[in-house]
Amino acid sequence: MLLKGKKGLVLNVTNKNSIGWGIAEAAAEYGAEVGIGAQNADMTSRVQKLIDGNDAYKLFEIDFQDDAQMGVLVEQVKRTYGKIDFLVHAAAYAPREDLQGRFIDTSRAGFSLAMEVSCYSLITLCRAMEPLLNDDASVMTLSYLGSTRAVDGYNVMGVAKAGLESTVRYLAADLGDRGIRVNTLSPGPVNTISARGVKDLAGILERVHERAPLKRPYGQRECGLNAVYLMSDLSLGVTGQLIYIDSGFNVSGR
Amino acid sequence: MDRNEVFEKVKKVTIEQLGVKEGEVNESSSFTEDLGADSLDVVELVMALEDEFGADIPDDDVQNLKTVGNVVDYLAK
Repeated sequence: MLLKGKKGLVLNVTNKNSIGWGIAEAAAEYGAEVGIGAQNADMTSRVQKLIDGNDAYKLFEIDFQDDAQMGVLVEQVKRTYGKIDFLVHAAAYAPREDLQGRFIDTSRAGFSLAMEVSCYSLITLCRAMEPLLNDDASVMTLSYLGSTRAVDGYNVMGVAKAGLESTVRYLAADLGDRGIRVNTLSPGPVNTISARGVKDLAGILERVHERAPLKRPYGQRECGLNAVYLMSDLSLGVTGQLIYIDSGFNVSGR
Repeated sequence: MDRNEVFEKVKKVTIEQLGVKEGEVNESSSFTEDLGADSLDVVELVMALEDEFGADIPDDDVQNLKTVGNVVDYLAK
């Protein structure tokens, strides 16, 4: 059991299709105790149904825009687990109207909100959780290729993800003293509730699967397994890195 | 697939997703008004229907799918 004795958080999960849920399930399968985050009371009751009866999981409520809640979360996690070994950040948001039209029309408010929820939230989370992280702990976040290439319909989320990927490198520099690692998982497009906000998701998915070198699907399961690698001691010495989980689409010239 | 077959499948998925009783689901049932679905329930239902039928149902089309009958018409096409 690669993660036996390890404890950590996956924040947040919406439903069974969430990439965060795929990561939580894989971590539990490999022996970890997993605290799962839900954004509000409604989400909490939904996510409760996913974990019902399985004592590998605990549930926490956290809205990343609420600093007071972050303080409460830290206390709850401390009481529940003491220290933690991994921290998975899975949170992003952009107003739908900013994902539908031309990027050039992105609103000031939409830009700020996308940056705050999708990028700044990793900084606040790491700052709040730093005292609870064990030496050699593993922190990771989720990004997408739209950070470095102009993907139709990804728009302001791409800019926020570019900021997020840079944030990972600066956090890696800050937290490296204690061996704490900070990395990015970058899956290709996956049909999740969040991804459905992107215009023509079906078209994007089709192009990726057509051009990717690996003729096998990737998704929740593959994200979960790569997260397990980053959580485990197999990835000691690896920080500030980005792993694409996209069947190799990002290297294809097709 | 004939229309009745589509209806039976849609009914099955709706019952599973929304936790409603078989008798509550007929062609004229509105997902939000009669079957108590909120916006997230609707998206989850649509994703479950996509899996069941191997179809893509873009969000732009979802806004026109108010009732069980609307979905059956859409998928039977």
